[in-house]
Amino acid sequence: MKAMTKTLTVLVLLAAACPALAQDIAVRAGKLHTAPGEMIEDGVVVIEDGRITAVGPADSTAIPDGMLVLESAVATPGLIDARSTVGLSGYLNQPHDQDQLERSAAIQPELRAIDAYNPLEKLVSWQREHGVTTLHTGHGPGEVISGQMLIAKSSGDTVDEAVVRPYSALAATLGEGATRHERPSPGNRSKAVAMLRGKLIAAREYREKMESAEDGKAPPRDLAMDALVDVLSGEVPLIIEAHRHNDIMTALRLADEFGFRLILAGASDAHLLVDEITAADVPVIIHPTMARARAGGDTQHMAFTTAAELMDAGITVAMQSGFEGYVPKTRVVLFEAAMTLPYGASFDQALEMVTTAPARILGLSDEVGSLEVGKDGDVALFDGDPFEYTTNVVGTVIDGRRVSEVRR
Amino acid sequence: MRSLSHGLAAILLLVAIPYAATAQTRAFVGAKIIPVDGAPIDNGALIVVDGEINAVGARDDIAIPDGAEVVELDSNSVIMPGIVDTHSHIGDVSGGDRSGPIQPETRAMDSINVLSSGIKRALSGGITSVNVMPGSGHLISGQTIYLKLRDGNAVTDLAYRFDDGGIAGGMKMANGTNPMRQPPFPGTRAKSAALVRAEYIKAQEYADKIDNAEEGEAPPRDLGLEALGEVLSGKRMVHFHSHRHDDLMTAMRLKEEFGFRMVLHHTSEAYRVAEEIAEADVPVSLILIDSPGGKLEAKNMLAQSAPALERAGADVALHTDDWVTDSRYFLRMAGMAIRAGMSREAALEALTIRGAEMLDIADRAGSLTPGKDADFVILSGDPFSVYTRVLETWVEGQRRFDLDNEDDRLVAEGGFNALSDDDGNGHIHGHGGTE
Repeated sequence: MKAMTKTLTVLVLLAAACPALAQDIAVRAGKLHTAPGEMIEDGVVVIEDGRITAVGPADSTAIPDGMLVLESAVATPGLIDARSTVGLSGYLNQPHDQDQLERSAAIQPELRAIDAYNPLEKLVSWQREHGVTTLHTGHGPGEVISGQMLIAKSSGDTVDEAVVRPYSALAATLGEGATRHERPSPGNRSKAVAMLRGKLIAAREYREKMESAEDGKAPPRDLAMDALVDVLSGEVPLIIEAHRHNDIMTALRLADEFGFRLILAGASDAHLLVDEITAADVPVIIHPTMARARAGGDTQHMAFTTAAELMDAGITVAMQSGFEGYVPKTRVVLFEAAMTLPYGASFDQALEMVTTAPARILGLSDEVGSLEVGKDGDVALFDGDPFEYTTNVVGTVIDGRRVSEVRR
Repeated sequence: MRSLSHGLAAILLLVAIPYAATAQTRAFVGAKIIPVDGAPIDNGALIVVDGEINAVGARDDIAIPDGAEVVELDSNSVIMPGIVDTHSHIGDVSGGDRSGPIQPETRAMDSINVLSSGIKRALSGGITSVNVMPGSGHLISGQTIYLKLRDGNAVTDLAYRFDDGGIAGGMKMANGTNPMRQPPFPGTRAKSAALVRAEYIKAQEYADKIDNAEEGEAPPRDLGLEALGEVLSGKRMVHFHSHRHDDLMTAMRLKEEFGFRMVLHHTSEAYRVAEEIAEADVPVSLILIDSPGGKLEAKNMLAQSAPALERAGADVALHTDDWVTDSRYFLRMAGMAIRAGMSREAALEALTIRGAEMLDIADRAGSLTPGKDADFVILSGDPFSVYTRVLETWVEGQRRFDLDNEDDRLVAEGGFNALSDDDGNGHIHGHGGTE
C-alpha cells in the first residue's frame, strides 16, 4: 500500500508517456478562497508540475508566460468528499455495478477497495464535474465491518493513477444498518458488538503472536487480521457509521477499549451528544440532506442544524456523499455543505466541511484542502457563490490538469 | 377553476372550522411581494380578508382597510404564493397492493393520516397545496387526493372538492420498470401498455352501458371502472409516472387514444422529447435530484430537462416526490432548475401556478391574485437563495407554520422526536417502487 505513492504514480505516467501529464496552469478568480476564512480579491494560483507554486493577488503574482490561464468569478480549493462509495457503487444500480457491500459475512476487513474501484464510473465523473477532486471512497455501510476504504483523486484512468492512499480506513457499521440482512446473525446490536469485539481481540492476539514469534514460528498470515492490526496500531482509522445515540456511545466505548482512531459517520443523533463527542475528541462526517429521516428508523432524530452545532462546539466536521441505494444514486458534498448555511453554519464553516476539515480527518493536510504553495494543484471554479444552488461549477483542476470544463 | 367549486368548499369551511367564520382583515406590508401573476413588487402590501386575498400592490398604492391588523415585515423578506407540490407521498399514503397491476378503485384518502408530521414538514417548506399519491409500482395504482394544508383532523377537512362535492384528486398511473414485476404484473413494456389499453376499453364500454341503460338495467357498480370513467370524462386528471423518452411517448400515445387529461411526472429524459411534449400540449411535473441513476430508466436524468421544456414551450411544474426529496427543502429544487438554465420566472411558476393548473386548483391557489385563497409564504430573502429560510406559511389566512414557534421550528430543522410515528415509513417500504 505504501508502495503506491504519488511519486511512483508520476513515474508510471512518465514511463507510459501518458497525455495526462501535469500541465502548467494558472487560475485567476474574482474571489479566490485559498482556505476557509482566507479570500483574495482578484487572486491567482499558479500550478507547475502538478503543485502550487504561487498564490496571491493578481497584481502582485506573476503568471509565467505561455501558461494556460483559467478565469472564473470564484475559485476554491478542490473539494473533498470525506466518505463515499462511488467507484465501487455505480450509477446504474444493477448487480454488476454494486461492489460496495459484500453480504456473505458480517466482518470482512480483508476486502480491499482498490480491487473494486472503477475510476471511469459515471458517479466519479459526476463528482469531478461538481468540483470534488478528492474522494474518500470504498466499502459502504451495511455490515459490521464491510471492508476497506481508499483515497483517490476523482481523475485518472486506472486505480493506480487515481489512488492517493490504497488503504485509508476500515468501514464499520453499528445499529440497525448492521443487522438489516438475510442472515441469522448478527440479529441485534448486542450480538453485532460482541462479534466486533471478538474480532478485535483476536487481532490483538494475532499481532502479539506475530511480534513475539521466533523465527519461522509466526502464525499463518491472515488477510483479515492484517487489516485489523492496521486499525489497532493506529495506521488507519475505523470509520463507524452510527446514527442512534446509543450506537454513537457504543462507538466511543469501543474506541476507548481498543484504542483505535475513530471517525464517526452519519451520526444523526450527534446533536444529543455534543459533550461526549467533544470529550472523546472524535471527528464527525455527516450529511444533512441524505439522511431521509424516518420515524422509527435510526435517522429519525436527525437535524439540519447538527453540522453547525458540532462545529461551534469545536468538533471537526466534514461532509460526505455517503451511500445511496436508490434515486439519486449519489449525493454531492457541495450540495450537502450548502444545506448547512440556512441552519446556522457560516460560509467559512461550510467551506471548511468540504476542504480543510476532511483533509485533517483523512491525514491529507499537507497535500490538499487549501491553496498553498507546495500543495496539490486542485481547484474548483464557480461562476458565483459556490454554495448557491443557482451557481454553476464551471471547471475542475486536479494536479494541475483541467479535468472538467462542463457547466454543472 | 375547471371542476372544483369554490363556493361549495367555502360553505364547508364555515361549517367545519369555526375560526374561519370570524371576520378577519390583515395587511402584510413592507416585504417584497412576488405575486407570480405579475411583476415583483418592492415594499408591497398584501391585504387578506376572511381567508382570501383582497388586494396586492405597492404599499403606497394600496389602502389599508380600517380595523385591519397590520403586520410589518422586514424589507428583505419576500412574500410568495403558497407552494404547490404536484407529487408527494406524505401522510403515510397508500393505494394498490400486490394483488394486481391495475387498482383504480383504491383511494389515497382512505389511507392518509393528516396529523402526520409529513404535513407539518410540507408546511415548513412553504407548501400549502399537495397532490398526495400512491406509489408507482402499478400501471394504475389508485386515486390521488389534492390537499389544502389547512388545519383539520380528518382528511375530508383538508381535501379540495370537485364541483359535485366529491373529494378531488387524480389517477396515478405508471409505466417503465416500476410496475414490471412477477405475474400478475406485466413483464414487458408492450404487455404494460396492452393491459392498460384493455382496461380503458372496458371502462369505455362500462360507461357506454351506463349511459345507454334503461331504467333499472344498469350494469352492477364497479368501483374501478367507475373511477376510470371519471378519467375518461376528463373529471379526473391522470398523473403519469414515466422516465425514459420512449415511455413518455407511450404515455402520450395512450392519452391520445383514450382522450384523457394527463400530467407527465418525473420525466428523467424529457429533454430528449421536449418538442414532442410541447407539441402534444402535455404539462410536465419534474423532479430534479442530485445525480443521475439509481435505476436504469433514470440513468440519463439531467436537470437540463427544465430549460429544455421551457424553451419548447411546455408547462413545467416541480414536485418533491417526498420522501425522494424532503418537502422541507423543496425550494432548493427550483434553484437547481435555474442552475440548469431555466429562467427565474419559469422556476417561480413551476413552484406555484403551473402546479395549481395541473391539479385544477388554479382559481384558488398558485398566485397572489385577489379573490384567490390567502395561501402564501413569508421568506427571509430570495426564494432561490440557499441562505433563505421559510419564516411563515399561511393557508386561507391562517398561519400554519411559524419558525418562531418552538414546535414548528423542531419540525423544520429536525431534532429529537421531530417526526411522528408514521412519517416516511409507508412510501419507502410499502409499495415497491417510489420514483
